[in-house]
Amino acid sequence: MKMVSRTSKIRNRNARMRNLAAFISLLCVLLLFLSFVFASAGPATAPASPGPSTPWWVWPLVLFVVTFVLGILAVLGGVGGGVLFVPIIGGFFPFHIDFVRGAGLLVALSGALAAGPGLLKKGMADLRLALPVAVIASACAIVGAMLGLALPAKVVNTALGATILGIVAIMLIAKKSEYPEVKQADALSTALRINGIYHEASTGQNINWKIHRTPQGLVTFILIGVMAGMFGLGAGWANVPVLNLMMGAPLKVSVATSKFLLSITDTSAAWIYVNNGAVLPMMVVPSIIGIMLGSIVGVKILAKTKPAAIRSIVIIMLLFAGLRALLKGLGIWN
Amino acid sequence: MGKEVKATEEQIAYAKLLDKGMKTGLLALIVTFFVYLTGILSPHVPVNDLPKYWSMPVKEYLLATNIHTGWSWLGMVSKGDFLNFIGIAFLAGVTILCYMRILPIFFRKKDSVYGIIAVIEILVLVLAASGILRAGGH
Repeated sequence: MKMVSRTSKIRNRNARMRNLAAFISLLCVLLLFLSFVFASAGPATAPASPGPSTPWWVWPLVLFVVTFVLGILAVLGGVGGGVLFVPIIGGFFPFHIDFVRGAGLLVALSGALAAGPGLLKKGMADLRLALPVAVIASACAIVGAMLGLALPAKVVNTALGATILGIVAIMLIAKKSEYPEVKQADALSTALRINGIYHEASTGQNINWKIHRTPQGLVTFILIGVMAGMFGLGAGWANVPVLNLMMGAPLKVSVATSKFLLSITDTSAAWIYVNNGAVLPMMVVPSIIGIMLGSIVGVKILAKTKPAAIRSIVIIMLLFAGLRALLKGLGIWN
Repeated sequence: MGKEVKATEEQIAYAKLLDKGMKTGLLALIVTFFVYLTGILSPHVPVNDLPKYWSMPVKEYLLATNIHTGWSWLGMVSKGDFLNFIGIAFLAGVTILCYMRILPIFFRKKDSVYGIIAVIEILVLVLAASGILRAGGH
């Protein structure tokens, strides 16, 4: 009898937590929507300028609130903060895309720096896998950052919009593989001794892993690096499928190594933006603090329950923001 | 059932330094931003004028505000806005320090391939940080 009552209590508590999480998520989306309405309320002829009566501090404050919400949604939706930040802030705020990308890179960099130590200590992120990839990605991110700052904003917005829509397609169709089958490690990964063991806490087992198609993977990171630097998005959306599906690293190792990898790739690109003046502290600091606090709250919500609908909301938001960037770039929706 | 897997020596060394560096950088970022917001140090660009500039392409913004690129911000850290670049530069520089930390470990272990990879990465990041690379205008 006691047992039944306890099970029922746990069930009720879980249901309450699910409702709470759904409520918080809904609130986040509503808050975000209101922020967009507010952000778009500037004069139609000059959307990049706030109304003359808007005090300067309103924008950093709204930015802080929006990035806080984005931090929650990013964790619940399983995406990086940078990939939400650039299209949404670039599409609906008065900041020029140059500064948005600079801030986006620093947001993605801070998140990766914060996550890196834990992932490395637990052995989830793998240094031997990350280092060769990082050399290529970070060198190419420099090229991407310089290209992005040299190209006209319209071209960058068009390419950004197309990329975001591509990311949406990847999120919708790409499959993930917990433990990809790697029959034989390739010669390059064998020579570099890229293999390892990680402890799978859910099953209590140690998982041996190795990788294949290393040369193809490394070549792909040329493109990923350029895109990471050019758009300031972070590149987890591309890193994970390449490490997991192409190179055959287990999903958890791929996700963790990707996050750590961002701390290196985004470092090189961030320096280009800093040295070229495309970093405004009034944008960067509220964004970093907002998204980090949001991530902390998001992780707490995620620990209780995972509202499946959030991923769909994130995909819809990205779709909308991607379309906005594309149409802005093409001069259809200014 | 497997035992807890221990990360390699270089991985732990990297993680420890990254942890300290990231926390120091974030703290610096928060403290300097507080100084900026409170106006303890007057900014180079008055905060009331910021909305005029943040919608400009970066080249126009630099011209309009008479800000120079590269490491010129170091000479302006007495200004509230440029003070923030201490934290930003620290966060952007901590990875270089981490690579320097693991470099001797690779060579001590005679893992020269990874030692060379680490050297190349340091050179790439130092080149990016140097300010030599300038983006063309648009």
